[in-house]
Amino acid sequence: MDIIWNSLRELITPTTAAYALAAIGLNVHFGFTGLLNFGQAGFVAIGAYGFAISVMTFGFSTPLAIAVTLVLAAGYALLLGVPTLRLRADYLAIVTIAAAEIIRFALNSSAFAKWTGGANGLYNEYSGWLKGSNPYPSGVVTVGPWTFGSNDLWIATVDWLVVLLTAGAIYLLVRSPWGRVLKGIREDEHAMLSLGKNVNLYKLQALVIGGVIGAAAGILYVQPTSVQPFDFATRMTFNMYTMLILGGAATVFGPILGSMIFWVVMRFTDELVNLGVDGGLFDNVTQGSQLRFVLVGVALVLLVVFRPQGILGNRTELSFDAK
Amino acid sequence: MTPSKAIRWLLAVLALACVLALPSPAAAAPADEWGFRGLLRDGEKQPVSGAAVQVKDGDTVVGSDTTDDKGRWEIIPVPGPGTYTLTIDTTAASGHFAGDEYEVDKELVESPTTLPVLNVVVSTTESSQQVASFTDRLAQRAVSGFNLGLLIAIAAIGLSLVFGTSRFTNFAHGESVTFGGLTGFVLAHVLGLPLLLAAAVATVLGGFFGYAQDVAFWRPLRRRGVSLITLMIASIGISMAIRSLMQFSFGSASRGMTEESWGTVTLGPVVMPATSYAGMGISIVVLAGVGLWLKHGRIGKATRAIAGNTALAATSGVAVDKITRIVWVLAGALAALSGVLLGVFNQVSFDMGFNLLLLMFAGVILGGLGTSFGTLAGSIVVGLCTEILVLWIPADMKYVGGLAVLVIVLLVRPQGIFGRRERIG
Repeated sequence: MDIIWNSLRELITPTTAAYALAAIGLNVHFGFTGLLNFGQAGFVAIGAYGFAISVMTFGFSTPLAIAVTLVLAAGYALLLGVPTLRLRADYLAIVTIAAAEIIRFALNSSAFAKWTGGANGLYNEYSGWLKGSNPYPSGVVTVGPWTFGSNDLWIATVDWLVVLLTAGAIYLLVRSPWGRVLKGIREDEHAMLSLGKNVNLYKLQALVIGGVIGAAAGILYVQPTSVQPFDFATRMTFNMYTMLILGGAATVFGPILGSMIFWVVMRFTDELVNLGVDGGLFDNVTQGSQLRFVLVGVALVLLVVFRPQGILGNRTELSFDAK
Repeated sequence: MTPSKAIRWLLAVLALACVLALPSPAAAAPADEWGFRGLLRDGEKQPVSGAAVQVKDGDTVVGSDTTDDKGRWEIIPVPGPGTYTLTIDTTAASGHFAGDEYEVDKELVESPTTLPVLNVVVSTTESSQQVASFTDRLAQRAVSGFNLGLLIAIAAIGLSLVFGTSRFTNFAHGESVTFGGLTGFVLAHVLGLPLLLAAAVATVLGGFFGYAQDVAFWRPLRRRGVSLITLMIASIGISMAIRSLMQFSFGSASRGMTEESWGTVTLGPVVMPATSYAGMGISIVVLAGVGLWLKHGRIGKATRAIAGNTALAATSGVAVDKITRIVWVLAGALAALSGVLLGVFNQVSFDMGFNLLLLMFAGVILGGLGTSFGTLAGSIVVGLCTEILVLWIPADMKYVGGLAVLVIVLLVRPQGIFGRRERIG
């Protein structure tokens, strides 16, 4: 029973919220506009490192650090988008994954360790602003069947607030004329061109907006923990694809639902692996957890082939499924 | 040995993680003793023997060892978790050393996910300022880069052929390379087969691996008539699943492909292991063979016909399904060969193929997506850039050079060197 409650706790943890937010950003790219961004982890990394370095190295105030980080992410999106958006879908996919890896290699490198901490990452000396404003009683707080550290719960609260506000903004955006143009581009780029829309400009705007949301997710992602370069590997992006397609691409709540289910299942299998370690089935937790990512890969294949609309999606609204 | 050669040897002295036990869930029960274990190698990835390694806690020496003829050393036990200083003194070492001493701090951390014996990676950056002349280092790097470029090319031609016949970018192609590397490791290192035999067997098995992928995934998906984007996302899922499975069975460490040593060959300022030249020879023969086959062979011509216009090829009597299957087998075999050679050139690890995949993309796009000759040329340029840029950028950012080429090409000439404009829009 403990296993189930522990797993369900993931429904509201900060990590789930941060992933949900990054997946919302990816949804703007992939779900609404049809852009195949295989490097969302790069945007998240820019968010995490941009914020941490702004605060720790340059001593910026929190609002300034957030602003600088989001502007950086927007600049990165422009850098990627301008050369590649006029090319076919594969090119954007390849360039985004390559650029995300360039970022990760650079952050991991000893060359910039003065700022990035190299392979060791950065200790958390940047989330004082959040912890300082914590209204919950210090110590352990009980929420329903779960207990949280006071700071964790406050971070989770702020994170989910950001997720809900962003989801609301996306809801309004995709119903606006602007959002309808995006969907039009996804369905038939040439039709939108012939209507006199500047397709590349709209795509670029979508790339910037989704990327900035991804960077915001990066800021949230590192608040409860330290910054670790390995977290921003390509696996992060494809976890997001799995949650996005699971929940339902091109829906407002799909990424949030997807993230919740994903992390509950991951936690559940993690608990099973722990049992397996206790039972002598695996050497250690790391080894057992590799098997979970085999499952994620298989799940992604099965989802995209057999249920591309996910749980909430509408199959007729998904152009990526069309021949 | 001349001083300049000696210096090149010291471009980097690496102590690399080397877990020699066969990976199996039951084999490596964690011991309770804390300690360090490592492999000391020079810039050309040759073992350095006879170097003195010490572990110090502050100023107190808690253990010392001398590297053996494979460059291995082991200092177990040490008192427990904590931060230790590792010193490596190469005064008495074999080879071309000027008696350099290296020092690095390492921390043993107590946590449920780490083993008490730490496999160590030490890299020194200060030695490159020593005497080797710039042109000598450039020559060394250029030969390495050419070698790497050939390896990229072998794998990338498979990727390019699959793209031509199956119409999608296969993100799981890197796992076929890793498959070759790991199979080669099992054959050469674990079973002790001679290197060439291991390479040949791994290549054949790689062909089966490619065939199996086509039968298990891609043919059913083609039959369902799924879209390009679905295929690409599915290939990502497959790549993740296979890579995690390989990490599960092989572990996260990098290991040497074989203990077999062919010695080194010195050509002017360039010192390379003989295996590298053999690898280059094999690569060139294979690439020439594939090129001739594509140009003149019946099936090769059919492959190009499908890539040019599938519907027209089909109506002209080309058995599209059969050719596609052959291409998958060939792509798997080439990728596996590339994996074995890469394992000899570098090391074997579960993500070697995935890292190479990004360089393959760079090569393919630089040459022009869907052109075989362009793929070859592009791959060699990417290999050269990757290795030569290490003269200016730190070695741990090595791949950044190759990937930067990719981004620059797309900015300046997105159709690549030999590509045609209509392929990209």
